[in-house]
This record gives sequence, C-alpha cells and structure tokens, in this order.
Amino acid sequence: MKISLRAALIVSAIALAACAQKDGTDMGTGSDQFGTGGFENGGISSSALDPASTEYFAQTVGDRVLFPVDQSSLTADARLILDGQVAWLQRNGSYQIVIEGHADEQGTREYNVALGARRANAVKEYLVSQGVDASRLRTVSYGKERPISVCSSETCYSQNRRAVTALRGAGS
Amino acid sequence: MLFRIFFAVCILAWGAVVSAAPLKLEINQGVIEPVPFAVPAFVPETSGAEGMAQDLAQVVAADLLGTGLFREIPQSAFVGAITSFSSPVQFSDWKVVNAQVLISGAVSIEGSNITVKFRIYDVFAGNELGSGMRFSGQVSGWRRMAHKISDAVYSRITGEAGYFDSRIVFVSESGTKSARKKSLAIMDYDGANVQYLTNDNDLVLAPRFSPTGDRILYTSYETGFPRIYLLEVNGLRKRALQDQPGTMSFAPRFSPDGQSVVYSLERNGNTDLYEMNLASGQMRQLSNAPSIETAPSYSPDGTQIVFESDRSGTQQIYVMDRAGGTPKRISFGDGRYGTPVWSPRGDMIAFTKQNKGRFHIGVMRTDGSEERLLTASFLDEGPTWSPNGRVIMFTRETQGASGVARLYSVDVSGRNLKPVPTPGGGSDPAWSPLGR
Repeated sequence: MKISLRAALIVSAIALAACAQKDGTDMGTGSDQFGTGGFENGGISSSALDPASTEYFAQTVGDRVLFPVDQSSLTADARLILDGQVAWLQRNGSYQIVIEGHADEQGTREYNVALGARRANAVKEYLVSQGVDASRLRTVSYGKERPISVCSSETCYSQNRRAVTALRGAGS
Repeated sequence: MLFRIFFAVCILAWGAVVSAAPLKLEINQGVIEPVPFAVPAFVPETSGAEGMAQDLAQVVAADLLGTGLFREIPQSAFVGAITSFSSPVQFSDWKVVNAQVLISGAVSIEGSNITVKFRIYDVFAGNELGSGMRFSGQVSGWRRMAHKISDAVYSRITGEAGYFDSRIVFVSESGTKSARKKSLAIMDYDGANVQYLTNDNDLVLAPRFSPTGDRILYTSYETGFPRIYLLEVNGLRKRALQDQPGTMSFAPRFSPDGQSVVYSLERNGNTDLYEMNLASGQMRQLSNAPSIETAPSYSPDGTQIVFESDRSGTQQIYVMDRAGGTPKRISFGDGRYGTPVWSPRGDMIAFTKQNKGRFHIGVMRTDGSEERLLTASFLDEGPTWSPNGRVIMFTRETQGASGVARLYSVDVSGRNLKPVPTPGGGSDPAWSPLGR
C-alpha cells in the first residue's frame, strides 16, 4: 500500500514535469528527454507540435509582444517576435487575425482601452509593413480588463502590457 | 435663542443657503456638530402595518445618518412616543433627549396599496418645519417613499435638494481577477433593490444614465469589439448605436437634453471624440489629434465638454466649447488626470488623479483652480456626482492577486468616506437624477 502510493506520487511528479516541459520554448523538436517508455500507461504522450498549428504559433513563434509603461512603440525584442509571426502567417495564409491590445492596471479604464488600441495598432501596422495582408487583420483593445498576471507589481504588469496576435479560425 | 446650526463641509463658495426656517443647517465652511434627529417608529394606522411602520423609520434614519450631517438619537433613549399622527407633539419629550429635528410619520396598508404621511418638527422652536406630506402607491415602492421623506428633511433643513430618492447603475463584478465576469446592474442609491440588466457573458463597461433616468448608455464587447449600446431601463429594450467597421467606440455620455451622445471612437489606433445625434445617427467629430481623447462629459448647460487627453505627453484635463474651437487645459498639478465629470451644479469638475503610484478622486473648479483631493488609495477611479452635487461615488479596487473592486462614496468635503453595499464586486457607478 505504502509502496504503491509512493509509486503513484512519482508517476504524477514526472507527469507534472512533462507538463511543465510542454510549455517550454523548445517544443516541437520531438526530443523526449524523459524517456517516456513505461509511463505511457500514466496517460503521458509526447509528440512534436504541428508547425502549422495554432499551438505552435502561440508557443514556438510567440503570439505576444510586451510594451514598456504607457508606451505603444515596438521594442527590438517585439520586432523579432513579430518577424517570426510574419513568416508564420505568410506560410499559413488561411488564418484571420485579431490583434488584442492590453494594458496593466495602473491607469484609468477609458485611457487603458485607448492605450491598448494603440498597442494593437502598432502590431498591426508592423505586420502589414512586413507583408501580411491587411484584410486578414483586425484590432481590439481590452484595456486593463483581461490581465493574465494578477499581482500588483511590475513582474505582473510587464506581462499584462501586451499585444496578442490571436488566430481566429482558418478562413479558407 | 439661536437655532441656526452651522454645518461643515468645506465647500468653497457654495453660496450660503438662506431660509426662513429657524432650524437651519448651513452647508458651508467650517465644522460643527451634526444635527441630532429623532425618528420614532411611524404610527401604524391599519392593522398589519406595524412592521412597515418601523421599517420606514429605519430607512429615513439610515438616509440622514449616511450623510454625515445628522446624528441619530436612538429610539432606546426616547422618553416620549408618537402614538397618534394628528395629536400635538410634546416638544419637551424631545428636547430632553436633545433631538433638534423630530420626524413623525404614519402608515396605512390596504391590499397592495400603502399610504405614508410625515411631518418634520423643529423641536427647540416648537413648531413644524414646512407642512406635512402624504404619499400613496404600491407597497413595493415603500422604500422610495421613505427616501422622499428623507429628501424633504434634508432640503428643509439645508435648503438644498437631497439625493436619497435616486438610483445607481453600475458594473457588477464576480470571478477572479484573471477571469472577471461583469454585468450591468441597477439599485437604489443605498444598495437596496438590486436588479441585473444584462447577463455576464459579455464584458460591459461604464454605464451612464440619461438626464431623465430612463435610458442607459454603456459599452459592451458582445460582438467581440467594444461598442456603445442604448438600453431602456423599463423593458430592457436595447440597440447598438450606429458604428463604423473596423473601429471601436466607448466612453459614452448623454448630453443634458438627452438627445446626443458624446463618446470616443478609435480608428487605426487613434482615439478621438465624436458626438452623435441619437435620433438621426448623425455624427460630428469633435477632436482630431494623434493623441488619446477620451472620457468626455458635458457641462450641465450643454455648451462645453470636459475630457482627458494625452496631447501634452501625459493624461490631462481639457475643456472645449461644444461648438468647436481650441481646447483649454485646466489640470496642471503633479501627476496624471483623467475621467473628468462636470458637477450637476456646474461649478466643479470631479476627476481621477494618479500621482506617485497612488490614485485619488478629486475636485477642481471648472478653470482648474482650487484642486482638492478627496481620497487616496491603491486604485480609486471614475467619480460620479450625486444629483445635488454634494456626494461623489467611485470605484475603489484593492491590490494584489485577490484584488476586488467595490463602490465607495465620499462627500465633496472629503468627509464621510464609506463603502456602498453591492452583492458582489462593483465598479463604474453612475448616479441617476433625483426622483428616478
């Protein structure tokens, strides 16, 4: 009884590790450093992400860019990510795209809606300038209404000041 | 003997109220004691009205107490009683417990109809303040009748209109910070009679009452994009305002005549102000700048619009003529200023200020002078004025992962800060006109 409980804990610990790995940035390589043989019965499976999938876009290409406080201009890091988005969007031309602009909670509601719109538009303009068909793109702003990180300090705020390139179904 | 009571509220230059009544509460500079009042249980004039008789008295007492301008003499301290509405009042019974104001009432209930009568007395002068009044209607409207009595007390003693028979439309909030659900709700000013106007499937923001209180403008994401809707409070019929493809519209507010809406429209990342005639749908662009122009609010006479803009580099408050012309900046203190709202009296503008990581609700004159901050917290925003311009309600949100938004109110004096009860979280309050 004791032993089997411990075994179950080990299995779930490894399962958690595998899950954590799934969110990592090197997914899609197909490598499996955990030697999953023997754990298949635990419901763990591993496979490379389809490079044409929305998961691949979100996790490997990177679906979001971050902004400094009260700014909507694109940083060098943001442009790198957006260049990757352009390449992917060109290869996967059937997706319609909504760019969602967001703000952190340090600001009044209406202003943050307008600020999020600026951020979304900055991304849209960059994607179009790099060749993405403007008719595939729409923007929306959620202002401070949809935080993904909920602490009230810069570690969270920096994650919330974002523009997310959301894929909305294959249009073809 | 002097019966005049000077009361405090540190509102500069709000004219002294003059009245012939001997009992007189001057809402003016300086702080004096709140006026002590007694509200005995009303006299039940039909059998079965005993509970209502006590409830009415309690609502009146809560209204007056809630202003911070009055002090209640508890019923347990009474030496006298009002057993008949028409019998002469034994003023000595009320003098001895130091009640300066006595409110007596009577209630009768027949079927679903209720009749409420009241009289207000100046105890130390030994006479009635104004004349008695009587309300009749459905029993379900009993709280409104109590609020009307409170409004009569308030106005007869201060010389100004009250704000008790009014409602609040607000955004009701539930769920965790990262999965917040929002819906529109309406309630009495004191938090009673909450009704939900929308479900919480779609994000909704910043409802605003029409000048007659029967319609509400708000922003909803029900199409996936922010858009302005017009909702009729009775019957909940709604329609989307005409919009333009690829744009977002938000931050609407009615003109004082109820016929137009001023709002923000975003196009290609830039947010400007527009006005729309509600009947014709005709639009007029009011600002044309690469900066953010939002949170517009009309002056009560409808000739000017106050709004916020970051054209200077940070959020500041500007006033412009509704007809057009160059906006004039009025906020010059440290920090950022937003969400300006013109007071119903026309003499002040309430705003949200951000400075050194703190948020404040404040007021200033319409030329930006005499700025006073009324609150300070991690996040206060979005003031709305009571119909008489004496109280401001706003959103206060606590910080951290478990942060919650709640409604608060504060006197324009900065006194009497307190939470407004709501069933869950609440934000973006808007105060109705009186009697709506």
